[in-house]
Amino acid sequence: MAKTQITLALNGRQVEALVEPRTLLIHFLREQMLLTGAHIGCETSHCGACTVDMDGKSVKSCTVFAVQAEGAQIATVEGLAAPDGTLHALQEGFAEMHGLQCGFCTPGMLMRAQRLLQENPDPSEAEIRMGISGNLCRCTGYQNIVKAIRYAADKMNAAQKEAAE
Amino acid sequence: MIPGAFDYDAPTTLDEAVALLAELGEEARPLAGGHSLIPMMKLRLAPLEHLVDLRRIDSLKGIRAEGGALVIGAMTTQAELLASDLITGHCPIIQETAALIADPQVRSLGTLGGNVANGDPANDMPALMQCLDAGYVLAGPGGSREVKARDFYESAFFTKRADGEILTAVRVPIPPAGHGYAYEKLKRKIGDYATAAAAVVVTLAGGSCKTAAIALTNLGETPLYAAEASAALVGTPLDKAAVERAVALAEGITAPASDGRGPADYRTKMAGVMLRRALQRALARAAG
Ligand SMILES: Cc1cc2nc3c(=O)[nH]c(=O)nc-3n(C[C@H](O)[C@H](O)[C@H](O)COP(=O)(O)OP(=O)(O)OC[C@H]3O[C@@H](n4cnc5c(N)ncnc54)[C@H](O)[C@@H]3O)c2cc1C
Ligand code: FES
Ligand code: FES
Repeated sequence: MAKTQITLALNGRQVEALVEPRTLLIHFLREQMLLTGAHIGCETSHCGACTVDMDGKSVKSCTVFAVQAEGAQIATVEGLAAPDGTLHALQEGFAEMHGLQCGFCTPGMLMRAQRLLQENPDPSEAEIRMGISGNLCRCTGYQNIVKAIRYAADKMNAAQKEAAE
Repeated sequence: MIPGAFDYDAPTTLDEAVALLAELGEEARPLAGGHSLIPMMKLRLAPLEHLVDLRRIDSLKGIRAEGGALVIGAMTTQAELLASDLITGHCPIIQETAALIADPQVRSLGTLGGNVANGDPANDMPALMQCLDAGYVLAGPGGSREVKARDFYESAFFTKRADGEILTAVRVPIPPAGHGYAYEKLKRKIGDYATAAAAVVVTLAGGSCKTAAIALTNLGETPLYAAEASAALVGTPLDKAAVERAVALAEGITAPASDGRGPADYRTKMAGVMLRRALQRALARAAG
């Protein structure tokens, strides 16, 4: 089948590539862009391990064709830490609060949590749980993931308050 | 799981999309959010040779109030329904329902148009649209027409939409101020389709029911508008006797499958339970 040219912004960098229309965004990211942070857990749109940010929305990249991302801004977990390696507040929170065990769900959890905190910078525990309801974790029982997201919310809100003063 | 190969177009105008679909015939399909279509394509159940992506067509987006109705563009996502002040103000049951569909990621991309055009009786929006007596605006090579949600569904995955037609908008008559409403859905977990679900809109006058509309999700080959059950409530105080009469009538029109969500008898009884709960909440919300 003929390949199609796509152009998109990936973690802030302009990329161009040829893809088959049937190429899923997750395969494009992992196999063509060699960004293996987003994971393939279920391939059936349920687990959220493949979650990335597309034009300011959380999406499951196993359920998007790469051609649908033409012209989009895509952010993956590889772009979360600062260029100098300083961890994002969420990454720090997951480390501090033991928000992971095997780590398989973590890239998806981080990317979903990142968008959740943009949408709602001060979420309640219930809002965090509903906010990550499209992300499954087989290890942690979620308790520490919720605490990690709360940790990041507190840290980010404190930083913002300080900046405003 | 990789879908079979297909060709892809993303036209920028409705006319181009309609012309493409007409030219390509039945092996071509519109692509909206892809959250029903892509999972199905991964299973390679049906040969699909061409997708016409609707995402670049601006006229399919947006929500406006016009002539006593909300006109919701087909490409409006479930997340956009949840964020719309117009919908909060005029027809909040749409948001109550959207919030019960899947999870945030699915709602980021899944559209109202795709949900109602899909024809899967498990989708939640079709019964809601029947309850609200919405109309679907369809554009084809011969022009545009409107089909009522209550007339649209023929059997599972078969609808009144012709192959070459694109659903452009859903027109929802704005329910009267003070209407009571509820969507009750039983599901096994987040991201599951309904075991049974019921949509209810009622209006009251002087303590008695003036109008009532009931529709059911995933309890037959199509969404089910419960016309007799709805009529049975009108003129009653929505007391226990009236509610039980409506529940019996509504249960009577269900014909659910026995599957992983439970045996048919159970699902029929759950339809009744969902309807009782929905009526109770609708009554508590209704003014008059
Ligand atoms: C994990 C998961 C859980 C889900 N749970 C639920 C749930 O509980 N309840 C629920 O209702 N849905 C659920 N869905 C489905 C989801 O809401 C879909 O997004 C929706 O059913 C279809 O919308 P779409 O925009 O993704 O359409 P698509 O998948 O793009 O299209 C669906 C069908 O409609 C046709 N179509 C789409 N738009 C148009 C148009 N404008 N004109 C003509 N034809 C069109 C397509 O050709 C296709 O046949 C779930 C999906 C997933 C992945
Ligand atoms: S791999 Fe995409 S949701 Fe599981
Ligand atoms: S840490 Fe193992 S799946 Fe979440």
